[in-house]
Order: sequence, then C-alpha cells, then structure tokens
Amino acid sequence: MSEAIELRGLRRDFGERTALNDVELELAAGETLVVLGPNGAGKTTLLRILATLLRPTAGEPRVLGARLPGEAWKVRGRIGFLGHEPLLYRDLSGRENLRFQARLHGLRGDVAEQRIAVLLDAAGMERNADRRVAELSAGMRQRLAICRCVLHEPELLLLDEPESHLDAEGREAARELIGPAEGRTRVLVTHEPERALPDADQVLELGVGGKVAIA
Amino acid sequence: MTPSRLAFAAILGKDLRAELRTLQSLPAMALFAVTTFVIFRFGLDRTSLSGSLGAGVLWATLLFAAILGINRLFVAEREEGGFDAIRLAPIDRTALFAAKAAALLVYLLVLEAIVVPVFAIFFLGSAAALPPVAAVLLLADLGLAATGTLISSMAVNSRARDLLVPLVLLPLAVPLSIAATGALEPLLAVGGPGYHRFGTWLAVLGLYDLVFLLAGYAVFDFLLED
Repeated sequence: MSEAIELRGLRRDFGERTALNDVELELAAGETLVVLGPNGAGKTTLLRILATLLRPTAGEPRVLGARLPGEAWKVRGRIGFLGHEPLLYRDLSGRENLRFQARLHGLRGDVAEQRIAVLLDAAGMERNADRRVAELSAGMRQRLAICRCVLHEPELLLLDEPESHLDAEGREAARELIGPAEGRTRVLVTHEPERALPDADQVLELGVGGKVAIA
Repeated sequence: MTPSRLAFAAILGKDLRAELRTLQSLPAMALFAVTTFVIFRFGLDRTSLSGSLGAGVLWATLLFAAILGINRLFVAEREEGGFDAIRLAPIDRTALFAAKAAALLVYLLVLEAIVVPVFAIFFLGSAAALPPVAAVLLLADLGLAATGTLISSMAVNSRARDLLVPLVLLPLAVPLSIAATGALEPLLAVGGPGYHRFGTWLAVLGLYDLVFLLAGYAVFDFLLED
C-alpha cells in the first residue's frame, strides 16, 4: 500500500517555543491516524502543516506524494481540512458558502448543485441551508463545515475534533460523511479517544514540548 | 488547478454579494465624503472651488474615504477563516489579489458615482468637467485599488490595522495624488475644463497603475504564507 503521509524529523517552532519536535510516522492510503495529546501539544500545528497552511521549521513532510512545502500546490484540492474555525462566511448562507467553495475547487453548474444538495441532505441541513451562517447554531455551522470539508471529494481528511458542537444526530451524519467507511485516509485529532480509537490504524500521542509516542 | 478566471469571479462575486447584503463599507465611505464636502464648504466659506484647490479637495476627500473601505477589505477573510479556505483551494493565489482589487475598484467607482455629483453641486458652476474628471478618477482608482489591496492584505493580521493602513498607504499614494490632482487641476479651472499637460499626468497615472498592479501580482503569493 502506498504511503499517504510520511514524516521524518518534523519540527515546528514558534519563536522560542517548540510546538512539534522530531515527529516521525508513515500512514498508508486509506488508513486512519488518531492524534491524541493535551492542549498545547501541537496537534493543530501538525494538522496545519499537513494541510499546507503552515511551514515546518525542519523536516520535509511528504503528503500524497508531494514534498511540503515546496510542492504544496500539488496537493491543494486533494485535502479536506476541518479545523476549529468552520471557514464559512457569516454573511452568506450555507448554500452560498458551499457554492463559493465548489467554484474555488473547479466544480460548476449542475455537478456542483447536485453535490451540494446531496451533502446538505446527508448532514441534515437542507432546511437551514438558505439561512445566513451568522444565524446558525454552532452545531449547524459544524455540519456545514463538514460538508465544505468533503465537497470536493478529497483523498485525505485532516479533522480537528470534528464532532465538537454536534448532537447525537449530527455525530451520526458526521460519521457518514467523514467516517472510516468512506475509505479515505484520515488524520483525526480528538480529545475523546474512546470514540476514535476503534477506527484507528495508528495512534500518535503528542506531549507538551513536542514529545512523541507512536502506538 | 482551478482556472484563475473562475476563482477570480467566485471571490469577486462573494465580496460584492456580502457588501450588498451588509452595506458595511460603501455607506460609510459615501457618508464620510459628503460630510467632508460640507465641512469644506462651510470651513472655507466658499460656494465654488476651482483649479488646484478644487482638485485637492476632491482627491483628498476621495482618498480618505477610500481608506475606510481598504481597512475592511480583508476583514472577512481574517475573522471568518477565508484566508485558510482560499489557501486550501487549488487556485493561483493572485486570483485573490485581482478579485480584491476589483472589488475595491467597484467600491471606489460607486462611491464616486454618488459623491462627485455632490461635489459638483456644492462647488462647480457646471457639469462640463465631469466626463474628463471621471476618466482621471478611473485611472487613479486603478492604482489606488492595487496599492490599497496590497497594504490591506499586509495590515489585516495586525492588531493596529486601522492605524497601519493610512500610515503605509498615504506615503505610497503621494505620486498617485500628485498625478491625480495635476490632471484634475486644469479640468476644474475657472471658465471650463482645460487640458494643459493633461496627457502627461494621465501617462504618470497609467505608469503608477502598472507598477503597483505588477508589484501586487509579484508579491501577493508571499504575503499569504504563514
């Protein structure tokens, strides 16, 4: 099986502080990596580096065959990123946000509309899709963010606490859209290991100061 | 890669839709400009302005009104995660620069469509100068849109954004201001528009536009890096 992610000696400093230090791992395509660790351990930093949003201080990560940061342009559009912020414009409706994202990813016309309709239905957001994001609850925004994350059918999902703000129904919808059954490679940051570990092929535990343990 | 024209259209359309819906920039810019004209009218105690004074009042008012819009140009990207969403997409990032500059250009043109007639009512005897004035302002707006977009993208991540934009933009806008007022001065002359050295000033404006559009194209990608 080909490697979707390969990290060797990955380090990221923010000024004097080291957020990640000497992270090494290999993750095959289709596998799920669960990342655990306390607040400030560098989990979000790791995801942002893999998403090409942050440059590493040292190490040259390979993601979907591309060396980062130099070949980042090769993987943009193949990654679905779900961070702490939903990355949605508050003054646009949910549907308008998804249309905007679809156009940025080269989806147009009926293809985009059908994909958006399918996702909104799967996320249970069809009835609220035309309301402005500013008017939606945190859980509804998270559902829309999940739709945004998978809209362009990415090969790699980078998920930072994807179930935050979601109720039971929302968690079920999230599992359908970004769960392991979809067969995508997933990196999942969570503070609820009991829910995530059954799906994990590998576990990366980060400690404060960038210490690493792999299971 | 998504074609740049599609990304450009998507970002520009999103910005204009959001502005139409919220009216966060344009009403403030227009209100500022009209209020400034009122202050000049009563402050200078004159019912007509011509030549360099008229050109200076018109351009300075438009420039400071533009700063209000420039300050807010990237706020949604910064506060609502739009920068990340755009950086994750397979697009040429200069499409963002081009779309933001185009959105700012639209704001400036709408602003001028509202406030230049007000200026004419307050200070000009006739409307004969308005067509060539509009041509000068269009050229000046292009340069201001390019410079303003660059500065705004740099300042938006700073807590002192509102302070930084005028502090950096105004010195860069000095050549633009000299050329714009130089071109406007003969157009607002007593007795009707004249065209002394008009072509020279238009050429300077065109050169300024070209330099800052190319500078924006060249450096914008680096400005979006972490």
